Amino acid sequence: MNVAAGIEGSNVALNIGIFALFVIITLFVVFRASRTNKTAVDYYAAGHAFTGPQNGVAIAGDYLSAASFLGIAGAIAVYGYDGFLYSIGFLVAWLIALLLVAELLRNTGKYTMGDVLAFRMRQRPVRAAAATSTLAVSFFYLLAQMAGAGGLVALLLGVEGKGGQALTVIVVGVIMIAYVIIGGMRGTTWVQIIKATLLIAGAAVMTIWVLANYGFNLSGLLGAAVEKAGDAGEKLLPPGAQYGATGTSKLDFVSLALALVLGTAGLPHILMRFYTVPTAKEARRSVVWAIWLIGIFYLFTLVLGYGAGALVGSEAILDAPGGQNSAAPLLAYELGGTVLLGLIAAVAFATILAVVAGLTITASASFAHDIYANIIKKDEPEDKVAEVKVARRTAVVIGAVAIGGGIAATGQNIAFLVALAFAVAASANLPTILYSLFWKRFNTMGALFSIYGGLITCVVLIIFSPAVSGGKTPMFSGVDFHWFPLSNPGIVSIPVSFLLGYLGTVLSKERDSDKFAEMEVRSLTGAGAEKAVTH
Amino acid sequence: MTEHDWVKIQQSAEFTELRRRLRNFVFPMTVAFLLWYLLYVLLSDYAHDFMGTKVIGNINIGLIFGLLQFVSTFVITSLYVRHANKKLDPVSEKIRNDFEGGA
Repeated sequence: MNVAAGIEGSNVALNIGIFALFVIITLFVVFRASRTNKTAVDYYAAGHAFTGPQNGVAIAGDYLSAASFLGIAGAIAVYGYDGFLYSIGFLVAWLIALLLVAELLRNTGKYTMGDVLAFRMRQRPVRAAAATSTLAVSFFYLLAQMAGAGGLVALLLGVEGKGGQALTVIVVGVIMIAYVIIGGMRGTTWVQIIKATLLIAGAAVMTIWVLANYGFNLSGLLGAAVEKAGDAGEKLLPPGAQYGATGTSKLDFVSLALALVLGTAGLPHILMRFYTVPTAKEARRSVVWAIWLIGIFYLFTLVLGYGAGALVGSEAILDAPGGQNSAAPLLAYELGGTVLLGLIAAVAFATILAVVAGLTITASASFAHDIYANIIKKDEPEDKVAEVKVARRTAVVIGAVAIGGGIAATGQNIAFLVALAFAVAASANLPTILYSLFWKRFNTMGALFSIYGGLITCVVLIIFSPAVSGGKTPMFSGVDFHWFPLSNPGIVSIPVSFLLGYLGTVLSKERDSDKFAEMEVRSLTGAGAEKAVTH
Repeated sequence: MTEHDWVKIQQSAEFTELRRRLRNFVFPMTVAFLLWYLLYVLLSDYAHDFMGTKVIGNINIGLIFGLLQFVSTFVITSLYVRHANKKLDPVSEKIRNDFEGGA
């Protein structure tokens, strides 16, 4: 099969047509939403005016990236059970957000993660640290999405060669920048809602279709997947096909599992979504909606993964351009021909576009609010108009960086980059957030130790891991400078960050129990919390 | 609102009760679901044969364990919502209203 022609049976004009329709509709919605964007609170937090259910759907939109849809379905199709392990980590992680973080965060902060972390600390250093880790996590996550966009779209739309892929990444980047600077948080939230609806509906249709082929008998579907895979088939059902080979790979899996379950509640673009609702109670409702939607979606991917294994076959999937990532599109073609393939291709593209927009607005808000307004212009009178202007310009810069990085990273391992973003979030952000919300003694030095310590440990271990050099599919081939045996650093860097946060705190004399009293009362009761803006 | 008032609320019987109700629910629950998740991860990682034991047709213990993780997540979510609506919201609302009325 000719790689440049994309997936066999793909109708390029149809794919582009469906995708163009999505872009036109969402841009129209974004323009309408932008008419009520007047102030900073509109740009950053959509006026705190979305309802819980709306925000819950938008959270699902932000969270279910291409890695969730194409990555997990592909991993299940090829590795069977081991692919399923990802979705469980990604889902269970939401309980930490629900029980420990969402409501308290909504009550305490305004626009960014930095608001909460710096609440009772010395503002400048802690905000700078929070913005640094926000930018780091967003950057890795963005890179993964853009790299995926280049590869996927080239594959589905039949764009040829490096130049064509670069052009695709540029188009994705420009549309995304338009969403963010025109629509702000309100426009971006609507894009997430539309995308989540399309993605979940598309997956639901395919799931029912697959199950109908096997008389709605899950065991029958599993049996068909085993049979199709031939000799290797029996390995699809028990765990271990991907991670079970050696002691190191088993430990690597534990490390990955920790990063997944502890990373979600530290992802800045997820945390920022909690500010788009008026109260903590609505924040709780939005997480509940998100948990149901995300959970049901991951159940769909289980069926889609084994369905792709049974109907397409893992050999055909691995031979296709895009490898594992093409399992879901190939399954769509097998089921519903060119039309369903076109729809699913457009949904996959929309998924990437929306997640990239969510990341960009978060990174730009953190820079404008935490660094520009609260550090650079700290001693001048508050100027929200200038701050939003800075946020918009930052969005353009981040978009440009993402486009550049995306072009450079095309062809890199997407799942690796996403897991990296989770590991950084779990190491740098989550320990600091938990200490900050629940530990009275915690102070500035502790926060700086846990953020920078977690961030640096995590990134250094990744640089010297087999994922970057010396492994099976390293980022740099031909050189080998790795000394850390695991691909995912979570099992080391997360405990290190907790420990450093503790040490930094007890080594510093600073303590402010009055300010903690204010933070605790605010976080638990919502007294003095930011109210919704009505237009 | 002065810092003194925040401390006063924080030390009030109502607020202490609110904090106790929140922490007594979320801390043990967090430990429980993390241990349950860890058990699942370790079994999947180190007990392949056990997890691969078929129970009904091609459905094995591992798959059932995995699906139970979904069930437990949904159940804990619902339990927490019920707890929060019944035991947390009325108290926090009262404290907030007193605060905003008096501010």
